[in-house]
Amino acid sequence: MNSLYYQKRLSRNIGDKFFTSLSVICALIAVLPLIFLVTYILIKGGSQITPELFTLEPNPPGDDLDAGGINPALIGTLIITTIASIIAIPVGVGGGIYLAEYSKGGAFSRFIRFGVNVLAGVPSIIAGVFIYALIVSTKILFGSMYSGLAGGMALSILMLPTVIKTTDEGLKLVPNELRYASLGVGASMYTTILKVTLPSAFRSIATGVVLGIARAAGETAPLIFTALFSYYYITGFGDLFYEMGSLAVLIYNFALEPYDAQNKLAWAASFILVLSILSVNIFSRILAAFTEKTKRV
Amino acid sequence: MEEKLTLFKNRKRFGIEKNIDIIFKNTALVLSSFVAIILLGIILVVFFQSFESFSRYGLKFLVTSEWNPVKDEYGAFTAIYGTLVTSFLSLLITIPLGVGTAIFITEDFVPKVVREIIGSFVELLAAIPSVVLGLWAIFVMEPFFRAFFVFLHNFFGWIPLFSTEPTGRNSLLAIMILVVMLLPIVTSIARDSLNQVPKKLRNAAYGIGASRWKTIFSVILPAALSGIMAGVLLALGRAMGETMAVTMIIGNSNAFSWSLLSPGYTISSMLANQFGEADGSQVSSLFYAAFVLMILSLVVNIFAQWLVKKFSLKY
Repeated sequence: MNSLYYQKRLSRNIGDKFFTSLSVICALIAVLPLIFLVTYILIKGGSQITPELFTLEPNPPGDDLDAGGINPALIGTLIITTIASIIAIPVGVGGGIYLAEYSKGGAFSRFIRFGVNVLAGVPSIIAGVFIYALIVSTKILFGSMYSGLAGGMALSILMLPTVIKTTDEGLKLVPNELRYASLGVGASMYTTILKVTLPSAFRSIATGVVLGIARAAGETAPLIFTALFSYYYITGFGDLFYEMGSLAVLIYNFALEPYDAQNKLAWAASFILVLSILSVNIFSRILAAFTEKTKRV
Repeated sequence: MEEKLTLFKNRKRFGIEKNIDIIFKNTALVLSSFVAIILLGIILVVFFQSFESFSRYGLKFLVTSEWNPVKDEYGAFTAIYGTLVTSFLSLLITIPLGVGTAIFITEDFVPKVVREIIGSFVELLAAIPSVVLGLWAIFVMEPFFRAFFVFLHNFFGWIPLFSTEPTGRNSLLAIMILVVMLLPIVTSIARDSLNQVPKKLRNAAYGIGASRWKTIFSVILPAALSGIMAGVLLALGRAMGETMAVTMIIGNSNAFSWSLLSPGYTISSMLANQFGEADGSQVSSLFYAAFVLMILSLVVNIFAQWLVKKFSLKY
């Protein structure tokens, strides 16, 4: 009787309920750390934000109450990520153009695609070790050891796979009809790429690149023995060849200090770093969702 | 692409335009080969820098755990053990959590909006810099779990893994923070592979009267298994190389202990700790350790890619 109706007590229905609640618990556990972390950083770091934070040098660690600001680290992060972008974006976009537009799926391009994936999986600290061996310990850059330039190079190694991959995939999404049209009216290959395919893939490439930059800005491991750290203002171009502070390394160094004032500085730096990275991420997500709805080539 | 290029080749062009085209193509070619050059460069440089230490200690380096710059005795066993234990145990915890979350956000338990919000929350977690997670682990997580660790030691102290008095920074905390970092990777890759399972399979299972979870366990998960496996391997590679959060919370001690409640070491935390101020044969030994780490993560990564390639177009 009634055997086709939903029966609560059937073992399969009880099992289903059990596993459903299990997966709900999994999802809760997965979301909780982010919520805890972000609220904690917003409260703890946000309460440390003062105008002086952006203008002063950090004071050397000691048990004095005033820790100073993070100006050099802030500027340093901007400089080091800019250097990394200046190296990684042209190389990555150029490489991506080759893979998407010229290669015919032969052994070389397959090897490069494989290499991109492998390089993306190389631990970030290994990139630091590589630059240390190549540039820091050899003093190849005008006799300077640790430098902002070396730090930027280490980060560019980490950005490169992201940029190549997003360019390659962005270009592959461009419909072939656009290329045929351009070539058909007599344009050469490079004009087609520069004037037609790259612009129409621009938004997806830019999104990937910006996300890559945001990721690089938070990287610490490759910087702790390439750019090292500096307490002092960055005053001129020559400072590129000396130790340079960055937000990430400041957080690392000051988190391990036993002094409360330095710890607070680390929280404030985290606030700025996390807020900028998250807003870039959320912005690009909104942009992607928006373009998916409106743009159909 | 092929036909386009052949059509294009037969066209008559002015010399200068042709030359620019050739230059442009070759520049792109050179730029794309940079990836290979850098990859080979990393492998060669790290290998040659570690050569001095390699020829002196040989494979003994891998199984002894003395690390004494004064006596010039080096062995990385503690760090290698720490790397393997933290990455494997954290993965063991992450797999059910991540796959469970992925199932939750691919099935229709709750409205699509909620699922998408949860999905993007998990992915945003991946964007948090590792050093910030480390900071959080030191000041928030460690005090929070302190009592729990004491409890673990008091009741399960007879298991070697919990045999020591808990210290402020220890391997178990490193494992926990690694779980937080791996969760987004496993979840997003598992979600992608679950989404790729054709709807037909699910409908067929429902059609013969299978319940929802019977369908998930016997049809959908097996179909998505290869993708999930690849994601798990990628996460393993990430866990092995993860540096900052682990360095900040693991305690950085080279004294070997089976216990997870005592401070430990991983290869990457050793590098982060010592590279800046190392000199002499210590540098070479650190390069040796870096080489070991690189080989480990390369093997895992290449295996993951092989898996993806081999099983990706099954349906």
